[in-house]
Amino acid sequence: MKLDLRVGMDVGGTNTDAVVLDANNRILARTKQATTADVRLGMKAALSNVISSIGQDANRIGRIMLGTTHATNAILERRSLGQVAAIRLGAPASLSLQPMESWPNDLREAVCVETCILRGGHYVDGRRISLLDEDGIRKFLIGVAKDVDAVAITSIFSPTSPQDELRTHEIVKEVLGSNVAVSLSHEIGSLGLLERENATILNAALFGVVGQVITAMQDVIDGAGLAVEMLLAQNDGTLMALDFAKRFPILTIGSGPANSLRGAAFLTGLSNTIVVDVGGTSTDFGVLVNGYPRESAAGVEIGGVRTNFRMPDLLSVAIGGGTIISGSAEQPIVGPKSVGYRLDPDALVFGGITATLSDALVVEGRFELGTHNVQTSELARLKSALRNVNEFIADAIDQVTLGNTHLPLVAVGGAASLIPDDIKGVSRVIYPENGDVANAIGAAIAWVSGHWQGVVQIDDGFNTAVANGRTMACNRAIEAGADPQLVEVIEQIETPLSYLVTPTVHLIIKAAGPLNHL
Amino acid sequence: MAVSQSAITQITQDDVEDLAFGCALLGTGGGGSVGGAILETRSAIRKFGSVDVLQLKDLPANGLVMPICGIGAPTISFEMLNNGGEAQLLRREVERVFNKPVVAIMASEIGGSNGVEPVMWASRLGLPIVDADTMGRAFPEVQMGSFFVRGLPLTPIILVDFQGNVATITPTSGASAESESRAFTIAAGGVALMADYINPATTMIGNVIDGSLSTAIEIGRAVRGSTDPIKKLRTLLGAQTLITGKISEIKRRTDAGFVRGSVTIRGTGTDAGRELRIEIQNENLIATENGRVLASVPDLISVLDTQTGAAISTEEAKYAMRVTAMAWPCDPLWRTAQGLKTVGPRAFGYDIEYVPVENSPR
Repeated sequence: MKLDLRVGMDVGGTNTDAVVLDANNRILARTKQATTADVRLGMKAALSNVISSIGQDANRIGRIMLGTTHATNAILERRSLGQVAAIRLGAPASLSLQPMESWPNDLREAVCVETCILRGGHYVDGRRISLLDEDGIRKFLIGVAKDVDAVAITSIFSPTSPQDELRTHEIVKEVLGSNVAVSLSHEIGSLGLLERENATILNAALFGVVGQVITAMQDVIDGAGLAVEMLLAQNDGTLMALDFAKRFPILTIGSGPANSLRGAAFLTGLSNTIVVDVGGTSTDFGVLVNGYPRESAAGVEIGGVRTNFRMPDLLSVAIGGGTIISGSAEQPIVGPKSVGYRLDPDALVFGGITATLSDALVVEGRFELGTHNVQTSELARLKSALRNVNEFIADAIDQVTLGNTHLPLVAVGGAASLIPDDIKGVSRVIYPENGDVANAIGAAIAWVSGHWQGVVQIDDGFNTAVANGRTMACNRAIEAGADPQLVEVIEQIETPLSYLVTPTVHLIIKAAGPLNHL
Repeated sequence: MAVSQSAITQITQDDVEDLAFGCALLGTGGGGSVGGAILETRSAIRKFGSVDVLQLKDLPANGLVMPICGIGAPTISFEMLNNGGEAQLLRREVERVFNKPVVAIMASEIGGSNGVEPVMWASRLGLPIVDADTMGRAFPEVQMGSFFVRGLPLTPIILVDFQGNVATITPTSGASAESESRAFTIAAGGVALMADYINPATTMIGNVIDGSLSTAIEIGRAVRGSTDPIKKLRTLLGAQTLITGKISEIKRRTDAGFVRGSVTIRGTGTDAGRELRIEIQNENLIATENGRVLASVPDLISVLDTQTGAAISTEEAKYAMRVTAMAWPCDPLWRTAQGLKTVGPRAFGYDIEYVPVENSPR
């Protein structure tokens, strides 16, 4: 039996999309279903729909690639987040700023149980800053035990000296048992304490959200009687293995946009363009350069928190088809809340009582949706809300293009018509066929990747160290399912650490390859 | 650099972003990213209160002014954050050694994080900060300041680290000051806090770059909310645009403790076909086109985000970024014979004659 078909599925806040592609990337089936409160129902509807479209070829399906925006939306909307205790190791260094001190108040309140800065950590050259305060760690953990879902551990210079984080992980297991999930900073990010710590805490807050999505998908796959391998889409447009995704849920952030950018490239054949993905809850503006998402130069902000993740260089705004319109006709308020998957029945066009941007688009004749007519009394407010949104969109485009007005714009996603075809700042607007399932297509055509990072001295051992790092990155990609024959290093970033006596660089190596044949 | 019209008298939480924006720009590519300093400084002001800004003449004549700067690798300082008590240790040691009270602190270097962090230290110490610095920008070595050029007493130099280690050193020359303090910094793990040229306020009058803090804040305020930040900055600083384009090549290496290399910017729009190369030793030092020097140290050369006007540091510079390179005149002090000897092109190993940026060929 050939297992030459793959399913790409994207679970958004509003819609669950699925496509089936063959080995030549032809689209054999596609569907768009509503995301449901229990995500299983939407996934099940999407999977059954494409399975029934391809009939008995369903037994040729070998893999399912899942993209999900649950993590992003959980942070943006501050809901379903796990309760996190944050431990920083490195005192007496870093006491000037507490973990999460610079976070937006509402996000800190949604996530934080308690924080501490205790003795431990290392210098850049591997010397200890201070002896690990094991008693302090135990005492702290006992204090937070009854409230905590996950523990985030960040030690100074852990990317080069991870031992205190690993030891603290052991202590967490002793004190809290193995059920409390742990997020270790050296596995999450590179140098830059606050940014790495922030990402580590966010990762800890997301175990539950992403875990639920994975379990739900597995249930649906089992229920459909399929025995297929599942992979999760991640922020750089590549795929990761399931056990990896469970430990690093934060890597799913940005996967939707990365997938829609790659999907848009695939659908239009364009390799240099702006891509705007309009979902139900949020809209992402990105740029394709030579077929790949332009990556952010510095770390990205997630929900108002600085991290050092390199991701598609996106401008993400909390505006989508399900975005709620409140306020008056004179001063409409757009968002930030969305009805999400409850467009039907909450939106006006479905007979509900909540005004949304989808209602506004239907009123303007740019979108066909729903079962009910919108009451006349609502029209003025909907129209003026849409005018505000247009200005907002033009501003966002200007920001991502840096003023270059010669690029075309590809509008994809379920509510792509939120982008008017005469929008300022671009050469033309393209709404590709199947653009509403661009995410799912991007997930299905993605490569699988692996990373390695470390601090390397520039001396006689430099070339060997780099070669080892490249091998490690390739091996990690192969473990995740990449074809050993075709895997290659796709990125190598060297950042010099200045002022040290021995010249030293921080090295990040990324390898990726197409999936092996099953 | 004739900027500051109206002197700032107080720095509140709300001023920190503007100050940091200006300091990043005056850092001319070096001085360390200001992101962490913003958070630490805002946090300190929240806990310890706003900071009064004074002119040297307003201080008690015999009271000591403590010039402060962080020394070491920016990359390490982003990982190994401050304890918070470092400046208190410095102050205690200074008062012990000199047997006089410290009445104010001052930024040794306005460029980069070293321009922002002294505000945090001032807040934590409950001391005012002087509206001045010794560079008007960022320079990589401790002797490259106005006090050296004017021959003020340099020693003793006092260094502290986050562990509470304190070193009081009395080196024999500017070069020794550099190597001795760097030795402490390496032992401290790559970052330390330093006070040098500790002198009474009266001794300092006329020997500093006046108005530096006000200038930095004014830069931030001018750009915030501006629709054309580059134009605004050009007017404010008396700057010339060297090129507008995209970063087409970056070469970076650490060498004897410095980031050395170059950034090449390929022109776009009206600058299409042109190519500017900027030589870097931590800071942007020389800008050339086809081997012709358009601007050189000690004049200020900054690489800015074309859209926002935000400064892009040497370590943040990345291929394909859309940037504008800009240059403007340094403080007149640096154009004196002694000034150029200390920080002119030859002080950095470039065998070229310094030409003031406003007289350079375009």
